[in-house]
Amino acid sequence: MKYYALYELFLCRMRQFYREPEAIFWTYGFPILLTIGLGIAFRNRPPGQVEVAVEDMPATAQIRAVLADDEGFDLQVASADECARLLRKGDVDILVVADGEGYEYRFDSTRPEATLARHRVDDALQRAAGRADVLQVADTHVTERGGRYIDFLVPGLLGMNLMGGGLWGVGFVTVDMRIRRLLKRLVATPMRKRDFLLSVIGGRMVFTLPEMFCLLMAAWLIFRIAVVGSVISIFCVAVVGALSFAGLGLLVASRARKLETISGLLNLVMLPMWVLSGTFFSASRFPDVMQPFIQALPLTQLNNALRAVILDGASLPSQALPLLILAAWGVIPFVLALRWFRWTY
Amino acid sequence: MMKPAIVCRNLKKRYDVRKKDPVDALVGLDLEIRAGECFGLLGPNGAGKTTTIEILEGLLEPTSGEVEVLGMRWGEHDEAIRQRIGISLQETKLTDKLAVGETVRLFRSFYDRGREPDEVIAAVSLTEKTRAWVQKLSGGQKQRLAVACALVGDPELLFLDEPTTGLDPQSRRQIWDIVRDHRKLGRTTLITTHYMDEAERLCDRVAVVDHGRVIALGSPPELIARLGGEHVVEFALANGAADADGPDPEMLAALPSVRDCRLEAGGYALTVTEPHVCIPALLATLRTDHGELARLTTRHASLEDVFVNLTGRHLTDERETDNTAP
Repeated sequence: MKYYALYELFLCRMRQFYREPEAIFWTYGFPILLTIGLGIAFRNRPPGQVEVAVEDMPATAQIRAVLADDEGFDLQVASADECARLLRKGDVDILVVADGEGYEYRFDSTRPEATLARHRVDDALQRAAGRADVLQVADTHVTERGGRYIDFLVPGLLGMNLMGGGLWGVGFVTVDMRIRRLLKRLVATPMRKRDFLLSVIGGRMVFTLPEMFCLLMAAWLIFRIAVVGSVISIFCVAVVGALSFAGLGLLVASRARKLETISGLLNLVMLPMWVLSGTFFSASRFPDVMQPFIQALPLTQLNNALRAVILDGASLPSQALPLLILAAWGVIPFVLALRWFRWTY
Repeated sequence: MMKPAIVCRNLKKRYDVRKKDPVDALVGLDLEIRAGECFGLLGPNGAGKTTTIEILEGLLEPTSGEVEVLGMRWGEHDEAIRQRIGISLQETKLTDKLAVGETVRLFRSFYDRGREPDEVIAAVSLTEKTRAWVQKLSGGQKQRLAVACALVGDPELLFLDEPTTGLDPQSRRQIWDIVRDHRKLGRTTLITTHYMDEAERLCDRVAVVDHGRVIALGSPPELIARLGGEHVVEFALANGAADADGPDPEMLAALPSVRDCRLEAGGYALTVTEPHVCIPALLATLRTDHGELARLTTRHASLEDVFVNLTGRHLTDERETDNTAP
């Protein structure tokens, strides 16, 4: 009978994983709960009411009547002090006070919703005062498929999950094996070190597939996410992403001798990507000078590629550049890790 | 003559080199282990046994000194050496959630040639446990599994670092049988232990190690013979007197056939060539001068006596705090 070290090592990784029920929950259950939670928080709301406060004085009686009648406004009538407090705390978007002949709007012009509130209040009051619209216009409400926030969010969560899974799954596990002297026993055999590290990365890539599947299914069932691209393309992108972060995880874990050290290092590596890589909002919001750095981050490229294949149905060849950058983030750290890896404690 | 399996010369190892108080674990250790013998490194905890064996296994770098394993050197032929040695670490940690069979199979896959996993598992009497997870095994079973992982590459040279420490008597005997089987195949074994009886039973030759160097080398009977007498007569007096009121050790050492006398906790130990000559003379001396005997025993001298004779300490005096190797 012939024995292949890489295959046996890989099998053992798989067994260790599925024999650990907690690991399965954290890998599969947690991201689904996260998606549901965020999906609820950021669900598409009907255009909300404008929160408006008006001072309780005879001069404002007329506008109070106008705003109270309109369902688009949530009116609060209070004393001058109380009104000022409501505005300061952000409980209302705008405060209207009588000012001799006319009225005064008080609002924070740096807040988009406050500016919007100012225009809606003004519009309502001007019309009530008899302004006539000159142009004939009609509104048609449309929802573009794949254009909701949740549609933007889910590929980003997939990417973030691949990052966390890859870095933690590989980094933590290898440091743990180092601390428990399991690596020392392995390195005392003629085992090729490359085989061991490849088996860890390979295991990670395989665990990724069901993880992706669960998350996408949950997103589709609960939020009716539009999955435009082919499932195979999505999985290919995910596997390259998993490779990338697994390689990086090995490098981060290559010297650490304490779980505290590896936790800190992993968080340090992940922090810039959480903020910059366009998981929760588009990376293009950051200034242009930062863009080269942001675009070089693996999570940015993974999120871009996932959004392209999931939401736009982009083909794999069209994603060659992001995939190449991702692969580089996997391969280069792997080679370095192979050189620097500490086997004995 | 066959090439020696292991040669090391003037081996030195210093830990914490950069710190204020470096620890010298080895201070110039020489060894030559012949092919086909079972060789024991014997010594108390902290003597440098584990440091020595881990240097020979290629897991630690010596600070200085020469090492040759199977005629090859670490740093030049690592892969070739590893293919031909089998290792059981002082505490071999294996993956808890893998089964015995899976673990041995994994180790088999690292070697170009070797034994069938099932056969090795049978050789260490774990066949019934083939499907059991490592975490469910007893201490003795885990140790036998560790030895199975060392044997599965069919090694010419087997390293066992304290394979029986902390095991029950039955498990110890099972390990001994495995070592004897390996020796019967004409293969070499290097075993470290702080159990003298283990070394006497298993080893063709032993090196007694203390404070990082070899203080005695030879077969167990040779070493015992060097004491000058093969028997030990131990006695204690009823009044518990030793130093002050008791007989003078030098006077006892002058009794016929007595080679050496030393004070033990609560009594005396005499190294003796002929107990039947010594004991009557001893009793006569005690009767006239020192009153009643509480205890009198006679036994064959052991490696323990060799160690005490060389160092003035018992092997087991030290607390189990050891592990020079970090």
